[in-house]
Amino acid sequence: MTTSTSPTPPAPQDSPGSPGQGGPLPEAARSAWALLVSGMRANMRQYGMLIALLSIVVLFQIWTDGTLLLPNNVSNLIQQNGYILILAMGMMIVIIAGHIDLSVGSLVAFVGAMSAVMMVKHDMPWVLALVCALLIGAVAGAWQGFFIAYVGIPSFIVTLAGMLLFRGLTQIVLEGQSLSPFPSGFQDLAKGFIPEMGPYTQYHNPTLVIGLVALVILLVREYRDRKRQLSFSLDVLPTGLWVTKCVAITAAVAAFTLTLASFHGVPIVMLVMCVLLIGLGYVMRNAVFGRHVYALGGNKAAAKLSGVKDKRVTFLVFVNMGVLAALAGCVYAARLNAGTPQAGLNFELEAIAASFIGGASMSGGVGTVMGAVIGGLVLGVLNNGMSLVGIGTDYQQVIKGLVLLAAVGFDVWNKRKAGR
Amino acid sequence: MSAAAAPERPVLDMRGITKSFPGVTALSEVDLTVRPGEIHAVCGENGAGKSTLMKVLSGVHPHGSYEGEILFEGEPVTFRDIRASERAGIVIIHQELALVPFLSIAENIFLGNERTSGRYRVDWNATLRSAGELLERVGLREKPQTPVADIGVGKQQLVEIAKALSKEVKLLILDEPTAALNDEDSAQLLGLIMELRDQGVACIVISHKLGEIRRVADTVTVLRDGRSVETLTVRHSAEAEPELSEERIIKAMVGRDLEHRFPERTTYEGAHETALEVNGWTVRHPVDHQRKVVDDVSLTVRRGEIVGIAGLMGAGRTELAMSLFGRSYGRYEAGTARVNGREAPLKTVPDAISAGLAYVTEDRKQYGLNLIDTINRNVSLASLSGMTRRGVVDEHHERSVAEKYRTSMNIKAPSVEEQVVRLSGGNQQKVVLSKWIHADPDVLILDEPTRGIDVGAKFEIYTVIDQLAAQGKAVLFISSELPELLGMCDRIYTMAESRLTGEVARADATQEVLMRQMTMTRS
Repeated sequence: MTTSTSPTPPAPQDSPGSPGQGGPLPEAARSAWALLVSGMRANMRQYGMLIALLSIVVLFQIWTDGTLLLPNNVSNLIQQNGYILILAMGMMIVIIAGHIDLSVGSLVAFVGAMSAVMMVKHDMPWVLALVCALLIGAVAGAWQGFFIAYVGIPSFIVTLAGMLLFRGLTQIVLEGQSLSPFPSGFQDLAKGFIPEMGPYTQYHNPTLVIGLVALVILLVREYRDRKRQLSFSLDVLPTGLWVTKCVAITAAVAAFTLTLASFHGVPIVMLVMCVLLIGLGYVMRNAVFGRHVYALGGNKAAAKLSGVKDKRVTFLVFVNMGVLAALAGCVYAARLNAGTPQAGLNFELEAIAASFIGGASMSGGVGTVMGAVIGGLVLGVLNNGMSLVGIGTDYQQVIKGLVLLAAVGFDVWNKRKAGR
Repeated sequence: MSAAAAPERPVLDMRGITKSFPGVTALSEVDLTVRPGEIHAVCGENGAGKSTLMKVLSGVHPHGSYEGEILFEGEPVTFRDIRASERAGIVIIHQELALVPFLSIAENIFLGNERTSGRYRVDWNATLRSAGELLERVGLREKPQTPVADIGVGKQQLVEIAKALSKEVKLLILDEPTAALNDEDSAQLLGLIMELRDQGVACIVISHKLGEIRRVADTVTVLRDGRSVETLTVRHSAEAEPELSEERIIKAMVGRDLEHRFPERTTYEGAHETALEVNGWTVRHPVDHQRKVVDDVSLTVRRGEIVGIAGLMGAGRTELAMSLFGRSYGRYEAGTARVNGREAPLKTVPDAISAGLAYVTEDRKQYGLNLIDTINRNVSLASLSGMTRRGVVDEHHERSVAEKYRTSMNIKAPSVEEQVVRLSGGNQQKVVLSKWIHADPDVLILDEPTRGIDVGAKFEIYTVIDQLAAQGKAVLFISSELPELLGMCDRIYTMAESRLTGEVARADATQEVLMRQMTMTRS
């Protein structure tokens, strides 16, 4: 660790009793450490979960003798969890707004069934069918959003009703039978990869390009953020630590890219997820709409008195959830290559668990879309890792339950400590 | 103190009670003596320390958290919690009733004190029989099986009293017992309290209503700024007519010297056009539609003017303000509002904001702030649309706005990224003010803007208010602290029982005049 070279940031407010030159290096190191700790504490849940995710990955990597991070298993892991992560992102927004959605599992099944009917029974082109499926999701979300936002029925009740309703409709539409097969273009949604291009390099070329572009964007953003923070004379990481952080980012992106590139490349579902993560993350962080969602979840009365149109925001949150559930439904149906009546069972619980592991709060107003993805990955890696080492589904459930309890318990404990 | 008091031992003797909270001394050296079989009124302005005193007495603030001693029936007592004080025979009935709405009257009366046969089994026969007797004693003609939700507030008060009687109460404390009652129910309740006195139950009644105090009380103790200023005899025997005048009580309540706690008012140079004009504004209670919470209120505020609204708790000031601000309270019934000479619909909060109104709420934690979010996000919330490009918040702009207010309002926080929940009350209030100042309204309604804030921060907030007026904003200033209104306002309206009861220019206003109008009852 080196001393900070920047003269601009104001001295941290601690250590009032050391105006003299007590030794510049330990002083700077200590303040850097204090900064790191305070930054970590502010985002404890997310950093904590990121660390937990990494630990779980390392644990299973050792336990499975390296099978976990083999290129084909990483691809598999992504494709296995894509639909849950899509649901978790929507669920996170619902929970931030102070609500819950129990109907998404049934909605996944219903949309899967409808797309099967459209494509298998009526030979609809798959792109058109996908668009129709998303529209169905939007209408379903609007239906529930209407009762929650405008009629004022609690979301728990409305979506519990939706859970029964959409499950029933699924069985009616499918007449209790599975429908298959789907056109291959539709199947690629879950199973496909970005096509290979260019000369043979032993790696998947477009994946390398995508990885490189992502890396450049990440580093540029880091740099811009830092410059901006400095110009606002906020506390920033010391140069040494910051460089370390950038190196770590580079290493992580490079390792991940090479892993994917040495198999079939970037799965299509991963591309979809990334687009959603960036888009929804951006909306929640930077758009007025996102601000209003946080404000509503944090203090509904105060938000209303500040001019937030609470009903419209709540309504749109559920429309968004509906569309995402529909997308997850299509991905899941494509993965199974069938519309089945039992699809999506307990998906709502997985999505809710992912959100809470990833930093949501029961009372709303807290959480990030990224957190939901991290929470979903924790569950996904646990699933995959435990299956690889041969732990039965019975024990898997027990362990996942304990992880959920521990994650939220840790957060409660941490908050109580901070509150003192 | 009345020398004529009987030599008998007092039921309650509180001596030198001092209670401090971090940063504030709520009570200092308060004495209160209650003789057996008397109705002892405790009165004082909002925040004078009445409720705190009763919490000390009933063990809500446990022994050890205050200084001074309490003698109950001659014995020193050290209550650890409210159960301990109830066991001794002291029962407090709060302003907000503590009844479970969906349980029956009988179940509520014996809640936590169930009539049992054996150890665990509720004896329903005994419960219903005892409940019936108690209801008879308080004069409530309802079946014990009736759910509490099915009877009116007045009757619910009687159930509370029946509950107190079931605990063999020796000293009954009623906190603003008639605040939510109509005249008929009030009369019945006061009659019951006098009956209980005749049966030997001593009562402490906290009340703002001076007429009521004169009607029932034997003695009144006045608190002011956390001190017991005076104990006055209202009547010498239960049958006698009151000898004490309301004026005398008012004098004791407000007799405080005005220090230099307010900034010099800066005058506004521009034209003093009318900014807000309200006519015949009438609002009904959101649940109890029989009650008008704002009744035919008309007022005006001009640019550059600070206009106060004085009134005691429950007078309808906050209800008026919130209802004007996009009908955020109650059920609008009638009335028009003009902002800057134009008819303003004010049907929703966005309507009110775009018409140029801003409302700084009295309860900043409940209604003013998203406590778990940061300073900059709280400041920007009401004016986000002015900080966006195509629906995307310009975070640079947002941050620099928040920084500007952090400096100009002297918000003490390490950065604008600090969570609001970590700030002190005064700094939180500055965040709320910043939010609304940045929304750039023409009319600011400030509801108790200095409640729960220390003296230094108060002065800063007064200065901000003065500056706003000097810039030509119209300010409607609601406060329970009369000196504050007298120190800041150009004109002061008074409200009592949902109506405007007067309008006083600064030159003519004194605390006595205002208090007179604030306690003016309809009959």
